[in-house]
Amino acid sequence: MYTQGLDVGSDSDRTTAPTGPEERFQARVDAEEKIEPRDWMPDGYRRTLIRQISQHAHSEIVGMLPEGNWITRAPTLRRKVALLAKVQDEGGHGLYLYSAAETLGASRGDLVADLLNGKAKYSSIFNYPTLTWADIGAIGWLVDGAAIMNQVPLCRCSYGPYARAMVRICREESFHQRQGYEIMLALSRGSDAQKRMAQDALDRWWWPSLMMFGPSDGQSAHSAQSMRWKIKRFSNDELRQRFVDATVPQAEFLGLTVPDPDLAFDEATGHYRFGAIDWSEFERVLKGDGPCNRERLEARRKAWDDGAWVREAALAHAKKKDARAQAAAA
Amino acid sequence: MARNEWPLFEVFIRPKNGLSHKHAGSLHAADARMALENARDVYARRGEGVSLWVVPSAAITASEPADKETFFDPADDKVYRHPTFYDIPPEVKNI
Repeated sequence: MYTQGLDVGSDSDRTTAPTGPEERFQARVDAEEKIEPRDWMPDGYRRTLIRQISQHAHSEIVGMLPEGNWITRAPTLRRKVALLAKVQDEGGHGLYLYSAAETLGASRGDLVADLLNGKAKYSSIFNYPTLTWADIGAIGWLVDGAAIMNQVPLCRCSYGPYARAMVRICREESFHQRQGYEIMLALSRGSDAQKRMAQDALDRWWWPSLMMFGPSDGQSAHSAQSMRWKIKRFSNDELRQRFVDATVPQAEFLGLTVPDPDLAFDEATGHYRFGAIDWSEFERVLKGDGPCNRERLEARRKAWDDGAWVREAALAHAKKKDARAQAAAA
Repeated sequence: MARNEWPLFEVFIRPKNGLSHKHAGSLHAADARMALENARDVYARRGEGVSLWVVPSAAITASEPADKETFFDPADDKVYRHPTFYDIPPEVKNI
């Protein structure tokens, strides 16, 4: 999902041999107790959470870019205010999440530096371009739809501040998905050219949306430990299946065709069967070779560099005011 | 990267009059006024509150979770602080 980079590769997140505090910690987690910032926790738990929450935050922030691309060209004022509000929400979600990561002892400066120097990952989905207005509809419907599927269980994550941030985020995301679907609905009921535009957007966003859930369970490096720690509640494949089951009937309602010749409803299981995902594309995009990786990072670096004087000036002003207040009090 | 971060503030929101302020999260700001304005934009975009507090995180003194038991257990054995400790015959009303 927004943190799918976690599932790839395998670095040393092994916990050390179980000792007293680790067992007590696991017992608390097993009893569905929430872990709060100053509680004892294994280093691996802290590291995993910092990585997951910060990747999630970076995804929200980078995710503002593909949609921001269409704010000035939204077709009506109604669409424009909705898109502005959505992009602003994503900025807000990034900030809730950075603040949750900071409760674990991470510094905001380090987290941002890791994004800008390419060390930290963000969701592969935001490295695809938004070529037409229909892409804004497809993102709200599919990308936010996939995000909701993943994020609802995160509201019950064992780490209190992350779970609380997710509750706020989920409450706000449902507007995002509905505004996207409404755009798709308008286009699919419009002229032939508009219908083609909607179909083209679905064609391009379908597979990348399925990849958002991350590698298959067998390939997912950190899944088992994250499940044990109750950071993660459902496997990547389970969530992907739920997304397909929920979304295919929505596509049918639009009169659009999901670009998967193998897609079929399985009466026996009550689920849709779907075709194989091109994981080589996923790996490529995640490693930096997607259509827009370089452009996205450049945009973030430029925003950071261009804002440097503002950050410094605000701090200098605050210090000056403090000094004056102290002098007046003396 | 230069480590000249804006300080961290904790944000508290009163959802409506009659309720207490409740912790909502934190944010960075150069000063308290900016913290208040940013808190409005980050934590109150949908009518979440009628009043905001921002407090420098460094100003908060917190109890130690490791001391939870010794810190809070003086309350555990004082059953006489609870109304059910006192025996009142059932025929006595309004008490």
